[in-house]
Amino acid sequence: MKKSHRTPGAVPSVSQRRFFGHGIPGVQLDDLAGKLIVVEGADGSGRSSQIAALVNWLETLGHATVQVGLKRSNLVSAELEQAQNGNILSRTTLSLFYATDFADQLENTILPALRAGFIVLADRYIYTLMARDLVRGMDAAWLKNLYGMALQPDAVFYLEVPPEELVQRNLSKNAMLDYWESGMDLGLSRDVFDSFLKYQTAMQATFRRMQCTYGFTIVNGSRAVDEVTASLQKKISAVLTTK
Amino acid sequence: MKTFAQLGFPGRLIAVEGLDGSGKSTQIYLLKRWLEAEGVKVYFSEWNSSDLVKSATSKGKKRELLTPTTFSLIHATDFADRYERHLLPLLRAGYVVLCDRYIFTAFARDVTRGCPPDWVRGIYSFAARPDLTFFFRADLEVSLNRILDGRPKLKFFEAGMDLRLSSDPYESFRIFQGRILEQYLAMSEEFKFTIMDANQRIETQQAIARRIVSEQIDLDEFRRRSPLPLPPPVQPQTTAGTEEDSAA
Repeated sequence: MKKSHRTPGAVPSVSQRRFFGHGIPGVQLDDLAGKLIVVEGADGSGRSSQIAALVNWLETLGHATVQVGLKRSNLVSAELEQAQNGNILSRTTLSLFYATDFADQLENTILPALRAGFIVLADRYIYTLMARDLVRGMDAAWLKNLYGMALQPDAVFYLEVPPEELVQRNLSKNAMLDYWESGMDLGLSRDVFDSFLKYQTAMQATFRRMQCTYGFTIVNGSRAVDEVTASLQKKISAVLTTK
Repeated sequence: MKTFAQLGFPGRLIAVEGLDGSGKSTQIYLLKRWLEAEGVKVYFSEWNSSDLVKSATSKGKKRELLTPTTFSLIHATDFADRYERHLLPLLRAGYVVLCDRYIFTAFARDVTRGCPPDWVRGIYSFAARPDLTFFFRADLEVSLNRILDGRPKLKFFEAGMDLRLSSDPYESFRIFQGRILEQYLAMSEEFKFTIMDANQRIETQQAIARRIVSEQIDLDEFRRRSPLPLPPPVQPQTTAGTEEDSAA
């Protein structure tokens, strides 16, 4: 479990900060003093618990934190929610809607917080957005260009939990499976249970493939919450000591 | 970049581009009236008009929340929604689709606002090239005067105030439009714009436009085979319709 996206032995510095592609016009990367930490994973993978534990830990250590996530922008979150409930958007449109939501948070929350030296914890980032679209057959090059605007995080953790266990966790929490998290729009199966398993299996395979390109850390999310937290803390500590 | 005809679509797409005040909307409206009278299956679509995205766009504009990146993305979302839900099915059904502004508007505006050209073009790469793109080229002063005469209150983004070109909205608008015009002209050849001299009389321009359309598109192929269906009978609205709009 020691997959770091940095070259072993290399000491990362602030100036290593970069965008994935073109980035946001006019941003001075060297001004971004804070750290961006991303937690990815399906619903039920323990993302929220882990982020809550990390916030608690970081604040105890004296770090200021800010949290961001999907569909939380001031600009389009309400419209996106509404559109999703109606299930009337086609794929490119939905993808661009999410990208707008992401860009709004990137420019109005993430970048200002990093400039001010905060630790930004992202409850999912462009990886989930890309994986969802890739599973739906969208063009990888198109997505890569689109999210070329995004900032490369300092650490990315993907909480991996087998789909069979995700089913159990989601059902015990909500007594139902979410339409989108089951990939029902894909028509994999009319049965939501089967669809959920197929969709989450495809998502995991996509994340595994993306890991080869983006080099994030895959974390075994099936372990006890404390164990997972401890392994995240260990890796984040290393990130925090680099300046 | 292929046109719809080259991609094998039965329909054809005609777009008009140009600065605000170049007269392009008037001309495409007159084209629509003519094609309808000719019995052609026509659909008209306007930039920034998808119901779904509209509330977000207007909120963003009113509260001046938009940056060049989100401005670009929200318009791309609007375009994608219209493209996938209206334009593509209509083009597959053999319609002549008329677009008041197309992706070139985004190419010109977003790049003027500082977005990387490759990024913007990449985002719109799902869209095919129109079969015919009219670019209405009027003298900058003519376009400016048409807008500034009729509608003296300029909106923040319309005037390009977000670019901080000038604290005076009129001055900002002039500089902004000038830069957009440069962008348009720079891409004119690449995307095979048909340039229309928009300083001419309305009737003259329309006659030219109609001639070019009929030369390049065999309108007989696009006529309705059967007469227009009767409009549905008026009935009280009982169920939630498709046009369930949020409170305006």
